[in-house]
Amino acid sequence: MASTQVNPTRMELTRLKKKLVTAIRGHKLLKDKRDELMRQFLDMVRENKALREKVEKGIESANKSFVLAKAGISDEVLGASVMAPGQEISLEISNRNVMSVDIPVYNIKTRTSDKNDMFSYGFAFTSADLDDAVGNLSEVFEDMLKLAECEKSCKLMASEIEKTRRRVNALEHVMIPDTKEKIKYITMKLDENERSTQVRLMKVKDMMLKESIEKKRAEDAS
Amino acid sequence: MYKVAVIGDKDNIYGFELLGLDVFPTDNVEDKEKLMKKLCNGNYGIIYITEALAEELSELIEKYDDTTVPAVIPIPGVKGNTGMGMKSVKKSVEKAVGSDIIFNN
Repeated sequence: MASTQVNPTRMELTRLKKKLVTAIRGHKLLKDKRDELMRQFLDMVRENKALREKVEKGIESANKSFVLAKAGISDEVLGASVMAPGQEISLEISNRNVMSVDIPVYNIKTRTSDKNDMFSYGFAFTSADLDDAVGNLSEVFEDMLKLAECEKSCKLMASEIEKTRRRVNALEHVMIPDTKEKIKYITMKLDENERSTQVRLMKVKDMMLKESIEKKRAEDAS
Repeated sequence: MYKVAVIGDKDNIYGFELLGLDVFPTDNVEDKEKLMKKLCNGNYGIIYITEALAEELSELIEKYDDTTVPAVIPIPGVKGNTGMGMKSVKKSVEKAVGSDIIFNN
């Protein structure tokens, strides 16, 4: 293991202990972040699913009425009708922060406030079907906007969750056990060193005692 | 200030023009990828794309999944729903959770 590569010194031990504390705290925080993100994501994704079903149904019915409208009037008239739209839409994007993920909030602005400005064509040569179709579509569009907001948020959150999960796993299964192993290795090594010093000292003491006793005996004998 | 774009076959999208969105028909466009890239790097906050075209350009669209702007949203065309839009929602669930827990009924 990698633990054989560390220096068994007290300084390294303190450093590793600090690192372990940080890692454990980081792991706890990231785990909390992941759980909260997941909770919000699941709510969001359910909303996303419902919105998408609604929008798809709405667009389908709008498309149906467009096909009908197209059948009633000639291509030229239709082309001319949609050629010069009276309405213009611009979009303001602000950000909302959800657990460090910036999710967009769309704010739509129309050039004119009058809803009827989207009918930019004369009613004389077009059928009522076209009016219906455009009306339908403008109703759907509000939901489409919400859908865009929701779906983008889901995508952003999904990638953030993936990232956070990786980090949590890396800390939990690699970083923390590794550091613990290293700390254990250093403590064992230091204890071993201490014991060997102790034994050496005792040995030296014994030798010195023996020497002095022999010296004394020699003095007494003479 | 951003704008909203719609891209796809002309028949599917001309209605949006009346609502004031910028419409980009791809019927006569050779290099759809180039057009899409131009839109993504342009001043568009949301790009609605027909499902058929989205399938064609899926690689390019995936690149913009992690950026806040633009949001590329697939919508069904006149020919009906291919289920591609739902699939992309499903994919993000799989990415986040690891397995699909919303759509498995």
